[in-house]
Amino acid sequence: MAGLTARLDPWRIGLALAAPLAALVFSVALMSVVLLIAGHSPALAFGQMADFGTQPGSVVQILDKSAGYYLSALAVAIGFRMNLFNIGVDGQYRMAAMCAAVVGAAVTLPPVLHVGLIILVAVVVGALWAGIAGVLKVTRGVSEVISTIMLNFVGGSIVAWMLTPEVFAVLQGNNVTTRPIPASGQVPGIPFLGGTVYGFIVIAALVGVGYWFLLGYTRFGFDLRATGLSEPAAVASGVAVRRMVLSSMLLSGGVAGLVGLPQLLGASYAYSLDFPAGIGFTGIAIALLGRNHPIGVALASVLWGFLDVSNQILDLNDIPKEIVTIMQGTIVLAVVIAYEVVRRVAVAQERRRVAARLGDDGPAGSGGPGPVESAAVA
Amino acid sequence: MAQLGSLTEVSGTGTAGPAAGPAATPARRRVGWRTVPLVVFVTAVLLSVTRVITGANDLTSSGSAGAALRLAVPILLAGLAGLWAERAGVVNIGLEGMMVLGTWSGAYVALDHGPWAGVLAGILGGALGGLLHAVATVTFGVDHIVSGVALNLLGPGVARFLSALVFTGRQGGGVTQSPQVRQPPTFTVPGLSSGLLSLEKHHWFGVSDVAGILGGLVTGTSWVTLMALLLVPFSFVVLWWTPFGLRLRSCGENPYAAESLGVNVYLYKYLAVICSGGFAGLAGAFLSLVASNYYREDQTGGRGFIGLAAMIFGNWRPGGLAAGAGLFGYADALQLRQGETSVHALLLGFGLALVLFAGSLFARRQRAVGGVAAVLALGVLALYQFTDTIPQQFTTATPYVTTLLVLTLASQRLRMPAADGHVYRKGTAR
Repeated sequence: MAGLTARLDPWRIGLALAAPLAALVFSVALMSVVLLIAGHSPALAFGQMADFGTQPGSVVQILDKSAGYYLSALAVAIGFRMNLFNIGVDGQYRMAAMCAAVVGAAVTLPPVLHVGLIILVAVVVGALWAGIAGVLKVTRGVSEVISTIMLNFVGGSIVAWMLTPEVFAVLQGNNVTTRPIPASGQVPGIPFLGGTVYGFIVIAALVGVGYWFLLGYTRFGFDLRATGLSEPAAVASGVAVRRMVLSSMLLSGGVAGLVGLPQLLGASYAYSLDFPAGIGFTGIAIALLGRNHPIGVALASVLWGFLDVSNQILDLNDIPKEIVTIMQGTIVLAVVIAYEVVRRVAVAQERRRVAARLGDDGPAGSGGPGPVESAAVA
Repeated sequence: MAQLGSLTEVSGTGTAGPAAGPAATPARRRVGWRTVPLVVFVTAVLLSVTRVITGANDLTSSGSAGAALRLAVPILLAGLAGLWAERAGVVNIGLEGMMVLGTWSGAYVALDHGPWAGVLAGILGGALGGLLHAVATVTFGVDHIVSGVALNLLGPGVARFLSALVFTGRQGGGVTQSPQVRQPPTFTVPGLSSGLLSLEKHHWFGVSDVAGILGGLVTGTSWVTLMALLLVPFSFVVLWWTPFGLRLRSCGENPYAAESLGVNVYLYKYLAVICSGGFAGLAGAFLSLVASNYYREDQTGGRGFIGLAAMIFGNWRPGGLAAGAGLFGYADALQLRQGETSVHALLLGFGLALVLFAGSLFARRQRAVGGVAAVLALGVLALYQFTDTIPQQFTTATPYVTTLLVLTLASQRLRMPAADGHVYRKGTAR
């Protein structure tokens, strides 16, 4: 049942695409109703967003934003594939970006080495911060959900402390910021549509390719997915689950460490009070929407970036642009519900098919719900 | 209210777990009602000693106690919200989003219909969020964490959108805040309050400390605060002493067994999660109506998560949860009252408490954990000795670090509801 034939089954591909599309349509419909109640024209609002969001300047902004989103979603997705919930991406990337900014500003190195060092620092700090949760889970059985939430806040406090003039920061007008990273540590932009997009987008895409290869074509990836699907089965086939938990947590944290770098090395060159926060939570939403698939996640990141950028036009028409935040929340909730409904439909379908093939008129569940269900999830 | 009480409590609740191995000495390990006065007494003595040694009078001033109470109430309510949902087996990470709905709807309704209507609206706003969480997790079987995260995205978005619609254009209102509203009434216990406050001014060892703390609790206290405090025994009685509570908790322990006994698990889960949202909404309304007098964006400031932390700290029980909320509120309050010196002084008290805790562990021959506690105690005391102030940012992290420590040191003794976070579907028991 598994393998290539199952993967290329048009019915299943259709089902997989149906859920996100249904969620998108549902949230657009819901938003239209809300806009109508508030006395605005939905057609005007969405039309303006589409117009504004496809202008060259907006496209550059959208791509810039989606680089960080993509990395964040990949970090979350690594955990998801393993049945680990890394809610701590937010704290991990902020700690990592802060330390990277401080180290990057403190040293002078030849261009490529300098960037390499900054990336290394970010990855190591992110991995270590996530590793705390991993170690607590492996040694003390502490749920990673709780520990990463707590570590987010602890990390936030540490970053706030480092960002005081007594420690690493300097005052600049109303803003508090770390010292700027010199030119040798900056990543040059790539000319695109008359503007420049962050050069770090290339690295983000490479991480995506790495994720796809690691999970799909290596033993480590196989072990990781097997553990996520069925821990007892993984244990039975010789996977060292505790080691897998720790290493996937480190990996997730390492990728999370990169999340702030497109902004840090491409635009701001320093960590300041207005450094973007909350990308870690956005990443959870995007990973869910993109179903942990490297391409799905990329599409979802661009969609998120589009919504973030194109909403700016709404204020000019006196429509509260906050409508888009609700829309994003609705999409997440709708998409997870849609996936669950689709999964149930698929399971029922499989059971009927198995029952028909066995020529069995007995109860529908007799086809062995366990393996069928897990195949439908994969 | 301080560290010692809470630590011993956590270390003593091990027998609640059925899988805790052979129940060797249940009588000694369980925290009974008799130990509570002892814990309170030791805590008071420790605080007094610390105050006298360090001269940090704000440790036990009435001002600190009042502030601690005001700061602890939202945490307490958020913790209760978590308790109700998780006792029925539904993890509620969405507390923060539900609290935001509570802050907004509380302020909005209070604007035109008075503070009490606002409190009620806050509860309803939060309950609406709870209903959404219940639909996603119970009916559709969505992962509880995922649904909670979605609610945390949705709550602030809805509040911001609605603010833009109704608050902009009114005086003092805008996208990020509401106009000012009237607060619910407060009370001061006549006679008792003034007597305690005058005792406090003498700075006598022990007496003034207790008087200061009690005085702070009975001076200018909001009726909503009193209501919130009463919800702790209320939750305990409902959840542990009534058939309704037994059924609700059975849904969190083993929904399939509950189902086989005729309990409508879906209904109970729905009720629990809606109540949970209501508690969270009340916590939000408290923030916008009692702790301040207007709605402001980011007013909740992560208190939903601190509430969750308090619940874990209290081992999923109302009493322990209240102790956790008190501790976190107290740490928050000290920050406002000569923060850096007060919190630094508290290090000494914390160190002494850890010494006592380690001693009691050694007396019970738990050398391994006792050793860890002793090392921690030495570390804390050394920190006290070699520093002068604690940066404010680290005090903010107190609840989170405490929770991590409790989870690390006492994770074997904590026991959450057995089916907590599991997706239940009727008729699928395997």
